[in-house]
Amino acid sequence: MKNNAPEPIIIFRDVDFSYNGEPVLENISIEIDRNDFVAILGPNGAGKTTLIKLLLGFLKPSKGTISILGKTPVKARKSIGYVPQYSIFDKDYPINVVDIVKMNTLTSNSLFPSYKNEVTEKAFSLLQKLDIRNLAYRNFHELSGGQKQRALIARALINEPKILLLDEPTASVDVTMEKDIYDTLKMLNRNTTILLITHDVGFVSSYVNKICCLNRYASMHSVAELTGKSLFDIYSEDSKFLRHHCNL
Amino acid sequence: MSELFSSIATYTFLQNAVLAAILASIVCGITGTFVVVKKITFISGGIAHTVLGGVGIAYYFGIPPIIGAFVFAILSAIIIGLVKLKANQHEDTVISALWAMGMAVGVIFMYLTPGYSADLLSYLFGNILMVSSVNLYILAGLNIFIIIIVLIYYRQFVAITYDEEQARLRGLPVDFLYILLLCIIALTIVVLIQIVGIILVIALLSLPAAIAGLYTRTLHAMMFSAIGLGMVFTLSGIAISFTANIPTGATIIIICGLVYLIAINLTRFIHKKI
Repeated sequence: MKNNAPEPIIIFRDVDFSYNGEPVLENISIEIDRNDFVAILGPNGAGKTTLIKLLLGFLKPSKGTISILGKTPVKARKSIGYVPQYSIFDKDYPINVVDIVKMNTLTSNSLFPSYKNEVTEKAFSLLQKLDIRNLAYRNFHELSGGQKQRALIARALINEPKILLLDEPTASVDVTMEKDIYDTLKMLNRNTTILLITHDVGFVSSYVNKICCLNRYASMHSVAELTGKSLFDIYSEDSKFLRHHCNL
Repeated sequence: MSELFSSIATYTFLQNAVLAAILASIVCGITGTFVVVKKITFISGGIAHTVLGGVGIAYYFGIPPIIGAFVFAILSAIIIGLVKLKANQHEDTVISALWAMGMAVGVIFMYLTPGYSADLLSYLFGNILMVSSVNLYILAGLNIFIIIIVLIYYRQFVAITYDEEQARLRGLPVDFLYILLLCIIALTIVVLIQIVGIILVIALLSLPAAIAGLYTRTLHAMMFSAIGLGMVFTLSGIAISFTANIPTGATIIIICGLVYLIAINLTRFIHKKI
């Protein structure tokens, strides 16, 4: 897909993770290159959430190593823009869109209530880029699902992350909006490595260049090696795909 | 009503009550907003009730009760904060245990204190008409301290109450900030106990902010609105209780509760936010 030589920036080497003695992930060895656009696919309970927590350094592997840009996940946090599912937010919290975006620039030295003008300007230009500038002062929880997703992407981008990690970005979003979000991600993919986790296979395949199948074990496929036709067949039966094509 | 105003002009205890109510409303609006948005009324209730232990011990040793309340409030905020951060399970059971043990310690020490502890009731249910001028200075000092801390850490408190996970990813000192916030809540409780007492304090801490949260769009609007509502509730409570000769703390809480119940029902019909 890319012309330049692949440069792995996320490397899982023989990673195991078990929770209370129960294996959740086993023997994960994957590499993600700079400017890849990767979809991590797996059914519920496949270990997707665990994989995110490992990438963000909230969990440590029981065995094996994870390296992100040559660092440990905790040290690489500043280079990752994480976009969680918007459903985790409390809908009663009074906060507007631009404040949520600006909040992601805070450090432990950010004292007293006001933000620097540069931060506010940057937040507005990101909202512009994501086509939701007119919603800047709206309460986050009054937005539609797709608009919330864009706001959270803007929040992640304000730190100019090298890697964007999205948890189910198209969950509970309608089909048109889903395409819009993927188009936006495709645009961002020009200079950002994108990892998204999903169980919803829809038309993610026409955007990503690699698919990682996850179901306790992981296997990486470049989209080129799977034809569009077979992908759609596969997607109609998720679990079958994972069994047959990922040798699970 | 004119009798009330002439009484306020004449009696120092009424002037002190009005000033205490205003000071309490300010911190209760600021801190109560964080309590409501972070949904930690139960934890705040735990801190409030544990305070009785400090009051009882202070009585026994002849120390001013507000000092005992202060020490126990801070200690219980730190312990409950650590339990919340470190315990993976049973945290509400642990908080309930601390809550009840604090009160039990208070009851035992008050029993052991020679003489009749008339003030026990005023600590449990508040007695705003007994606020001394010294206590007023302490309340003013606590107000200033709370306002300064919240101003300094405002954005970080917003970050940890809105999205704790993201705050950790940003490298904010989440555990420190959480315990600091609980200490601010503890100090606010020490102020509010003077007005409505330990048993009723949670209502005054959470209801004005909860009502404000129904119609505000930003956290600072919610705070200012809660401060205004707190003043209306406490001052009208003083006026009504003085005129009808009934307990002030309980009157204030009934006003808060009634307005809250009316407000949440009104929001079913009106969705406009400011």
